[in-house]
Amino acid sequence: MIRITVDDEAIEGRAGQTIAGVLIGAGRTAWRTAQTGERGVFCGIGVCHDCLVTVNDVEGVRACQREAVDGDRVEREVRA
Amino acid sequence: MRVAVIGSGIVGAACALALVEGGAEVVVIDRVGVAGETSSRCEGNLLVSDKAPGAEADLAVASNAMWRVLAARLDAERPAGQPATEFEAKGGIVVAFGGGEAALERFAEVQRATGIRAEAMDVASLAAAEPYLSREVVHAVHYPDDAQIQPSAATQALLDTAIRSGARLVIGDVTGPLDRSGRADRSGRLAGVMTTAGPIEADAVVNCAGPWAGEVAARLGARLDIRPRRGVILVTTPMPQRVFHKVYDSDYVGAVGSGDAALQTSTVVESTPGGTVLIGSSRERVGFDDRPGVAPAAAIAAKAVRLFPFLEETLLLRSYFGFRPYAPDHLPVIGADPEIAGLVHATGHEGAGIGLAPATAQLVAHAVLGAPTALDPAPFLPGRAGLQETA
Repeated sequence: MIRITVDDEAIEGRAGQTIAGVLIGAGRTAWRTAQTGERGVFCGIGVCHDCLVTVNDVEGVRACQREAVDGDRVEREVRA
Repeated sequence: MRVAVIGSGIVGAACALALVEGGAEVVVIDRVGVAGETSSRCEGNLLVSDKAPGAEADLAVASNAMWRVLAARLDAERPAGQPATEFEAKGGIVVAFGGGEAALERFAEVQRATGIRAEAMDVASLAAAEPYLSREVVHAVHYPDDAQIQPSAATQALLDTAIRSGARLVIGDVTGPLDRSGRADRSGRLAGVMTTAGPIEADAVVNCAGPWAGEVAARLGARLDIRPRRGVILVTTPMPQRVFHKVYDSDYVGAVGSGDAALQTSTVVESTPGGTVLIGSSRERVGFDDRPGVAPAAAIAAKAVRLFPFLEETLLLRSYFGFRPYAPDHLPVIGADPEIAGLVHATGHEGAGIGLAPATAQLVAHAVLGAPTALDPAPFLPGRAGLQETA
């Protein structure tokens, strides 16, 4: 079991899951906003860049590619 | 009246809508599909800021006003599943680095005299409007009327509206003219076009084939000097919004008007509703060469980083390029062919076709149906001296 935070809220997942996997496992299917709507995993294979999050202050991380590590601080990228 | 519109880019789609609403029976013919070429391979600029005073500036100002009404209408009427135009009245900011401020201000001054709104910005207002912009910028002019649209979505919306009003879309390539008897022939008044999808009879034919308009004209027995110019655009990964207007370097104005064949670049940076940042632009006269290589991308990227230093750490998602149609005298070509009766051209808009489409459509409806217009068609007529010298 690993624990990450998403905008300061703790979420648990299994070791080996991607950040997107942990988010979807916690019932979250969208986490980035664009002017035309909410975005989450679209392609799931690292191509579309729709699932971007900020991880440990690094912006633009593809949630579908990045394996979640215990203690990761994930922030949603929300358009003002 | 039956009208065949060749090309379903933004100009063909806008013409189809204007013609069908003017009472014509319209068939649109395209060899690829809707917005398959130039109109989906550009930035969707609706600019007045890059126009020097003259006929094209007047057309751009009129068309800019038309877009505001048209985009609101297309978005309000769209059926389920049809994309919105993503019209954004974001405004443009043109900036100058040290040494360029006098030229930028001179350009803005002559634009103001023609009715283009161009407001000089002080340091504080610039920093508030674009907080991530380089501090090396010494002068900036705000153009509140510059706007942006999602060009392929807007083209689809225009054509969809035309089709719901009775227009028809045919996928096929134009191979030659029809004469009055309906046979393929090169004599007499054009009676339609022969296509790979069969003959299409028409009382008027409108050539909206963009950079291929010269080739289409030749197939119909006409002479039209329209050439392609390649432009490359870079797309970053989506990010929180850090660019709030169309921001471009004042050297853009010089590159657009230039006749030089070599690679030219000037920085144009803007964000899209999807979160990506679009970075343009390059101009190369290389025919229809579809292998741009990395040189334009590298040149554009380097200049964009100078404008917005945060871009140095940004990943590019992809790049794309398109071919812009231009005439030797750098003016759009709109109106009746001087030699072939029944043939009307609407092309040569270079990188401004998205912005100029509604006004172009009004001039085409005027040429084909005699529909009223407050615009002056004379500067854009295909029979003008600036085209005949080289045709």
